[in-house]
Amino acid sequence: MAFEWIKIPYALLTLFIVVNYGMLLGALMQKIAARVGRRHGVPIWQNYADLIKNYGLRTSITHGVMFYLGPVFRLSGGVGLLLFVPTIYGSEMFSNLSFAGDLILALYFVFFGTLGMALGAGESGHPHAAIGVSRGLAQVTAAELPFALAVFAVALQYQTLSITDIVAAQQGGVENWTLFTNPLAVAAAMLAFLGSMMRPPFDVVLAPQEIPIGPPTEYHSSYLALMQTNRAIFPIAKIVVYMNLFFGGAATWPVFFLKVFCIYLVSVFVGVVFPRFRVEQSIRWFLVWAVPLGVLAILLV
Amino acid sequence: MKRDPMHFIKPELMPRKVKGPDGVEFEVEPLRDYFCDAPPTVQHGAYLKIVEDFFNWARAQSLWILGFGTGCGAIEMRPLMTPRFDAYRYGIQWRPTARQANLLVISGYLSTKTLKRAIRAYEQMQNPKYVVGLGSCTINGGMYWDSYNTIKCLDQYLPVDLYITGCMPRPEALLQGFEDLKKLIRAGQAEGANRYAENFTWYKANQKQVIHDWDMPDYNW
Ligand code: SF4
Repeated sequence: MAFEWIKIPYALLTLFIVVNYGMLLGALMQKIAARVGRRHGVPIWQNYADLIKNYGLRTSITHGVMFYLGPVFRLSGGVGLLLFVPTIYGSEMFSNLSFAGDLILALYFVFFGTLGMALGAGESGHPHAAIGVSRGLAQVTAAELPFALAVFAVALQYQTLSITDIVAAQQGGVENWTLFTNPLAVAAAMLAFLGSMMRPPFDVVLAPQEIPIGPPTEYHSSYLALMQTNRAIFPIAKIVVYMNLFFGGAATWPVFFLKVFCIYLVSVFVGVVFPRFRVEQSIRWFLVWAVPLGVLAILLV
Repeated sequence: MKRDPMHFIKPELMPRKVKGPDGVEFEVEPLRDYFCDAPPTVQHGAYLKIVEDFFNWARAQSLWILGFGTGCGAIEMRPLMTPRFDAYRYGIQWRPTARQANLLVISGYLSTKTLKRAIRAYEQMQNPKYVVGLGSCTINGGMYWDSYNTIKCLDQYLPVDLYITGCMPRPEALLQGFEDLKKLIRAGQAEGANRYAENFTWYKANQKQVIHDWDMPDYNW
């Protein structure tokens, strides 16, 4: 198949929509969490103001080359994940750069950002950053395990490594979704999902009161703004993968917005109800509850 | 009385020789190696006025307060996060690290020991940054006016943009104060960081007058 250049502007358009949606959705989720605490929370455009302010800071300092590259890696993790996964199923415009083996690549990109962050935060030399990163890597690794198992189960089930084909197999009614054809895999993946969204009970990585927000302690101005942009993109990109694998994908933008919102809401619901896990508790939790589910899912396919 | 400045330096901050894990000996001087001694410089805003205005709007909309309380007034900051006052509605948020904050609230009396930490926190923040003095103690010493180890007038040590009076001010007064600060920022008048840079020697002289055990570089980023 020849590469078509028109795909690049289309992919950029996807990126643009997702960034804006991610910013608004992030603020909306903050508002929902605030309502649970009987507050009203931040205005819906707050993320834009924060972003502009951080880009507009007049001074910034650096701690070395990796300190620059950390946020860049992180952002490319989020953007890469988004671009190599078909966002809108069946649409020529928004299937982005997806190709036959993109499932494995997506798995890789999920982890890539965390590694970049580890390098950058390590260079910043702040002890809190080092603590946060070691916690983050431990927890993400533990959460990745059930997710990887679930993905393998799904790949086995549909006999393909292409996300587009997996979505295609789920078309034609709710009962065709992986959610119903392979509930164990979805359960394992959703538990992993909670672990990777940086919300309670799995937010010990940032832990604002204890190790002042962990890895990004030393980050400010444009560096922080880059990471904020990633914070808008990455959850959405990750949810897109989930949506495609387990919830039948989305054929139009409204369906996309709705499904992403609902999947995001799962982690927020869990987050406002449960207190924070310590890192060894959360790892044990993943190994005891999520991994067996994933193994079962593979065995039963 | 003239004192030897090295007299106050803690042993772990002294220049010394260390042996690395690979057996190579090298010299470290913690005060030079880990901090920057370059004085702050005056930073100009964006070239186009409209861009700068836009930035100022964003800065006013997103005040990130450094979570650092100094006196009794710190207790009045907490209710702002609660459902009753909910300062988040106005784009006011708390940040646990000085690097990301752009508003330092000196919440009440400042002992000379705390002043040292406040200065370090302030200097780690990035330009533009704002200082709000909370309570009468920051204005004229308040009820600690004759105390031997609190400072009396915050303005001599850090460039204050706004004072909020009261002993102690109610959370409503704080919210009102932050709204006023936003007006200053939008009007482009909250240039405390530049004032600090312009009068750097004056501020440093004042600070060193009260902080006797000065064991840090003059400007520690
Ligand atoms: S102004 Fe009053 S309440 Fe505030 S720090 Fe001073 S004595 Fe305490």
